Amino acid sequence: MTQLALVIDLNVCVGCHACVTSCKEWNTSGEAGAMSDFRPYDADPTGTFFNRVQTFEVGEFPNTETVHFPKSCLHCEEPPCVPVCPTGASYKRKEDGIVLVDYDKCIGCKYCSWACPYGAREIDEKQKVMKKCTLCVDRIYDKTLPERDRKPACVMACPTSARLFGDIHDPESEVSKAIREQGGYALMPEWGTHPANHYLPRRKTQLRIHEDELVRADNPLKIDGKLPKPAKQEPSLDDVTSW
Amino acid sequence: MHPAFSVIFLTTLLGVGQGLFLALYTGQLYAFFDLLPAQGNRSFYAAGSAIALIFLAAGLVASFFHLGHPERAWRSAAKWRTSWLSREVIVLPAFMGVVFLYGVAHWFGWHVPLLSLPGGRPVDATLILGAIGTLLCFALFVCTGMIYACLRFLQEWHTPLTVVNYILLGGASGFVLATAFAAAVAQEIAGFYAGWAAILTALAFAGRVASLLRNARLKPKSSLSTAIGIKHPRIAQKAQGAMGGSFNTREFFHGRTAFFLRQVKWLFLALVFPLPLMLIAAGAMAGSPALLLAAFGVQYLGLIAERWFFFAQANHPQNLYYQAVS
Ligand code: SF4
Ligand code: SF4
Repeated sequence: MTQLALVIDLNVCVGCHACVTSCKEWNTSGEAGAMSDFRPYDADPTGTFFNRVQTFEVGEFPNTETVHFPKSCLHCEEPPCVPVCPTGASYKRKEDGIVLVDYDKCIGCKYCSWACPYGAREIDEKQKVMKKCTLCVDRIYDKTLPERDRKPACVMACPTSARLFGDIHDPESEVSKAIREQGGYALMPEWGTHPANHYLPRRKTQLRIHEDELVRADNPLKIDGKLPKPAKQEPSLDDVTSW
Repeated sequence: MHPAFSVIFLTTLLGVGQGLFLALYTGQLYAFFDLLPAQGNRSFYAAGSAIALIFLAAGLVASFFHLGHPERAWRSAAKWRTSWLSREVIVLPAFMGVVFLYGVAHWFGWHVPLLSLPGGRPVDATLILGAIGTLLCFALFVCTGMIYACLRFLQEWHTPLTVVNYILLGGASGFVLATAFAAAVAQEIAGFYAGWAAILTALAFAGRVASLLRNARLKPKSSLSTAIGIKHPRIAQKAQGAMGGSFNTREFFHGRTAFFLRQVKWLFLALVFPLPLMLIAAGAMAGSPALLLAAFGVQYLGLIAERWFFFAQANHPQNLYYQAVS
């Protein structure tokens, strides 16, 4: 079975919002129709997005760290949003695990958004249907695109390659290796939703040096002197070195 | 959560309609076992059913205001295997149909015995329809309650008390209305209904207070730490990705102060329980339909506040991601 997912590296994300704009651009131009905006150039702009980048400050001044946190539908393996949908508009695809909304069936009851603990679903207030990340299902299989472009728009746009895309059920995929080897984790594991998307933690490069690595351990008495000269018959590398 | 008036009216109006139907059928059962004077007056049950139907239909209409695409509402019966909302959508019209038939059967006096109990009591169509209606009525209460109780991360709702309270509050309001109705058209059984209305109101009080106490002690399972997966006690949001708000900031916050919430709580605690009880007592003693109708009106107003509070109090974990604009 395939489970497509994003792996987002919080160690690399610089919070530039390129994935947000790229996502909006691609998906607002799709055949499902625009993702409506209201008052986009006024004081109180609002609109529908599949992906948002949030910023958190961890710690207390002066020991703080800024974490940029891209957030979109996690394509949960046990999606609580799917069974509650009364119409079947929300569904999880068997073939690749993408959670989708059929905009022609959705009645806009918003029940699924209540059932998503991550706030990943947003209603389109013009079309009155529920919308969410589709993992760019309309581009990742598009044979008219060159192979290297068959990735979600956000992944293509990320200037720091903080977003990886692939099948997390294939142990040899780039995403599975990243999760395995770089401590990938899921959000709110307490609800048993098993999100497919994972996040890679902030990491610091550290070198641990022990005290005894700073002084010569093979000269414990700190006496520099001539080493005893080996006897003539003993083996040696050359005339100046002894074992 | 943001309390939507469409859902507040939907749940409270359905509760009244269901409770009123249960009251009618309870009265009929008592009369059947000769515990109450029988209502020869055929319009009592028929008119009562009509009033119940009006409330149910009003609730149904209110529900359409909640939908983005009401013209597609028929699709919502599709997923009854998994969705409580879908089950409600099926049970509600079925229940309304049976209430309609129940009223019709009384109006046209379909009293031909269809079967008889061991004691030789004849069972007619109205009794059978009423029994089916009662089953559907409880099924509807369970569906409505489970829509909220099944969402496990809305911890304030995820408890059997949610379903119990929907039953008790709906039942109480329906019996209070039945008391006023009986006082107006069938004085001799008004006392019976007043008694049950008082008992149900008291039970509902116990159930609602139990859920308030439970919710006051809840510990949220999610924290900002689990939400973004960073183990640190001090995390502060600096940006939520939008300056002008979004669906997430509108749908999941009530937008009122904690003080306002407390006021609503005290308001509904007063309006739903002690005030109607006093009015019922006064009305039943004076035999005054007006006082009893006032009891119903006060309690219904209180139920609107109660339902508002029910939604506002539920704290959705997604709110963790929407703590600060910038
Ligand atoms: S993140 Fe939310 S919307 Fe996406 S699959 Fe999980 S529960 Fe459903
Ligand atoms: S809003 Fe649409 S997708 Fe969500 S539960 Fe309702 S019908 Fe299903």
